[in-house]
Amino acid sequence: MKWVGRRLPRSEDPPLLRGEGAFTADLALGARMVAFVRSPLARGRILEIEKPETGIVITAEDLEGVKPITPRLTKFNYVAIEQPILPATFVHYVGQAVAAAIADDLAAAEDLADRVFIDIEPEDAVIDARQALQDTQRPVHPEAPGNVLVEAAVRTSAVDASMDKAARTVSLSVRSHRQSAFPLEARGGVAAFDRASGRVTLHASVQMPHMLRTGIADCLGMPEADLRVVAPDVGGGFGQKMSLFPEYVVLVWLARTHRGRFAWIEDRRENLIASTHSRDQYHELKAGFDAAGRLQALEVDIVANVGAFSCYPVTCGVEPLMALAEYPGPYRIEHYAARARGVTTNTCPIAPYRGVSRPAITFGMERLLDRAARAIGIEPIELRRRNLVTSFPYRTAMGLELDRASYVEAMDQAAALIDLPAFRERQRQARTEGRHLGLGFAVFNERSGYGTPAFAARGMEITPGYERVEMAMTPSGEIEARIGASPHGQGLKTALAQIIADELGVSTERVRIIAGDTDRTPYGWGTFASRSVVISGGATKKASEKLSLAIRSVAARLLQTPAEEIDLEDGAARARSGEASLPLAQLARLAYHQNHQFSDLIGHGLSVQADYDPAGTFSNACHAAIVEVDTATGGVTIERYLVVEDAGRLINPLIVDGQIRGGVAQGIANALFEEIVYDEDGNILTSSLADYLPPTMSEIPEIEIHHLQSLSDASYLEAKGVGEGGAIGPPAAIVNAICDALADFGVEIDEIPATPERIRRSLEARAA
Amino acid sequence: MTAHDIHFTVNGIAYDIEAESRLSLADALREKCGLTGTHLGCEHGVCGACTVLLDGAPVRACLMFAVQAADAEIRTVEGLADGHELAPIQRAFWEHHGLQCGFCTPGFLMLATWLLEQDEPLTETRMREVLSSNLCRCTGYQNIKNAVRAAAVELGKWSESETA
Repeated sequence: MKWVGRRLPRSEDPPLLRGEGAFTADLALGARMVAFVRSPLARGRILEIEKPETGIVITAEDLEGVKPITPRLTKFNYVAIEQPILPATFVHYVGQAVAAAIADDLAAAEDLADRVFIDIEPEDAVIDARQALQDTQRPVHPEAPGNVLVEAAVRTSAVDASMDKAARTVSLSVRSHRQSAFPLEARGGVAAFDRASGRVTLHASVQMPHMLRTGIADCLGMPEADLRVVAPDVGGGFGQKMSLFPEYVVLVWLARTHRGRFAWIEDRRENLIASTHSRDQYHELKAGFDAAGRLQALEVDIVANVGAFSCYPVTCGVEPLMALAEYPGPYRIEHYAARARGVTTNTCPIAPYRGVSRPAITFGMERLLDRAARAIGIEPIELRRRNLVTSFPYRTAMGLELDRASYVEAMDQAAALIDLPAFRERQRQARTEGRHLGLGFAVFNERSGYGTPAFAARGMEITPGYERVEMAMTPSGEIEARIGASPHGQGLKTALAQIIADELGVSTERVRIIAGDTDRTPYGWGTFASRSVVISGGATKKASEKLSLAIRSVAARLLQTPAEEIDLEDGAARARSGEASLPLAQLARLAYHQNHQFSDLIGHGLSVQADYDPAGTFSNACHAAIVEVDTATGGVTIERYLVVEDAGRLINPLIVDGQIRGGVAQGIANALFEEIVYDEDGNILTSSLADYLPPTMSEIPEIEIHHLQSLSDASYLEAKGVGEGGAIGPPAAIVNAICDALADFGVEIDEIPATPERIRRSLEARAA
Repeated sequence: MTAHDIHFTVNGIAYDIEAESRLSLADALREKCGLTGTHLGCEHGVCGACTVLLDGAPVRACLMFAVQAADAEIRTVEGLADGHELAPIQRAFWEHHGLQCGFCTPGFLMLATWLLEQDEPLTETRMREVLSSNLCRCTGYQNIKNAVRAAAVELGKWSESETA
């Protein structure tokens, strides 16, 4: 029986279940503790920083020579902004770290931080992106006088003509409010100086350890070789732990300068105000349809609030440029025009969060189609059917190649599972009883598993994408694979072991995956962008095939059988015909210790490496939600939530379903609950879990999942990325369902989260 | 800072520690006892990652001072397994993929352990009500429910009837 495709419980779990995991804070015991003093104001000139007379406090003046963080794009009218590690002259957002207080324990460090006085001459802050576009008298950064840090535009030749001759045009304005990725473990790091080697080891709760090492070494002007970055157990990241943060630069600086061990463990308030945010966007959409409801042209204007600084390494282009490139999603749109701007404000920087711009652009497209369907008077899925891409490969107006997928099939299956006619009847019946049920769909694709070609198109100075896997069979016969990806809860080690086990004919228990340690793994890009199974998994399969060949050539000589007639199964090399076989542990021992007999075949030892750098593949899904809206309170109950997902070949369906369910829960939060709220002065009003509302078990319904498996050669494993998809569909599906439920009132909601207050306000506006 | 000499037991082992007045129970467990399985996710009593059992009842270890736990019997995630043998609730979380990053898991395990030790049978509604006091960001909760339900069935504690 194959290992791939099995619902195998994860090898990662037992230590976590015993409380024996090693998270960053668990490694901080005995370190000197760092508490950051953060700006209480959104904008202002620093007049003076008064340090207490006793105790160690580090400010900008101590960090002389330390370079700022300066992420760059080489395209798209990008303005590079320097983010100081600790600011000397100016604060740009509430929560920006200004000083670091150090003491023997955290409570003492916080006491010391309280005694640091920062004298700031306040200035009026710019908080909202649209306001920042208007209000250019006092730019957030002088380098960007119009407050635009990145701008891109595209326009195919016949957009205007197509729009002019459209039988019907539909326009809408979309607002996606700001959300936090909210990993349950906040950020943190422990930097330790080793006197013997002169090196620093930073254990930190991060998704991209190699990138972090490069970034920190660049800031500090130190050789990368003198820094080791380790991601131990990481308590969720979802994108928030991708970026280089000033706090980590300070920690490594402290360890080097004071030749000691220093830790910073972020608390929840810091995480909500001063780690990165996401999804703060405005979209204006206009679409032209012909008389048969076929999309003729689409025009979008995207304004993304990118906060006070650009995130490293992906830059503040990540949200607006993705929205520009991928807005049409799975739909056939020949004529496309788009403008995307990343606008700087006095708010916490924006960085990737699960799905990045896709929850918002899917929300925009799917709201647009539902509005158009209502205007035309046909079922929303019928309008979608007329516009979805059905033949592959399909080249989008932006030049992206959509590989084999199941856009219509997924939607039809969802509609069949819902039993659309039966639901409409039930909906009518409920309305006669004064109850408001609604059904909403979200059909989308998700670009996943993309390597350097896709990132290079964004003009990134640092272009991520490839992955390398180094694999060896040890003399005692286990397989060690060293990977550049850096899993943090996804179960990647289990999934990769399944791939290796099939290729090499061993149990997954014989496989060890080594990840998240710059000393022990090849340079790689970490885990983000639904890439790890596709790219690191693809490289793993390639490496396994090479190792299989090496093992079989040794076996061939020992068993006097051609290598192509030897199978690896049940931990042994077996001649396909006859009885001859050899346990792999015995073979491995000979390969290393009688190597002179085989070096002409395999070189010295049993080790290989392989790389993979694909162009990318598109996963797809249809989400369907049935909701009931209480018109008196604006409360929404999700009665049923269904996902038909196509992520190609499933390596471990247990893990895949877990990824989808977790993603959907975050998407439901995005649709209904979570919002980072700033007041007009730039204070965050949602800095605790009393105000910022991640859903609990009571708010998340059972998620039904059905799989389609379009096997595409765009992925070596035929697996597509599945980490983010769950989070993409819910805002569109749920708000479409809410608007369907409230169709009698003519309510259209184009803003997320659709809180009870917003729903009530829409109802009241229609009633007035 | 005033320090207090206090005594408590954790997972049956006696500890005598010196605790500042302001030291939380969670920090005492982690830093004074070296029991880092109890995690801190919010430190203001909402997320429940730090849930431990104190004299048989679930408490947020971040909301209690260590001195309030003087002479108490405390149970933490480290005490659930019997040597190498995982407890039924731990095994159920493993088999049902009830964890991803594992950060919230100790809190859920302790809360579920308490729930499964109550005399009355566990129902779907009761399970949801109680487990809604903790936050998980990875799983979407469904597999946590599946795991707790499976453990309750195994222990003869599950009731399909809500009125039981």
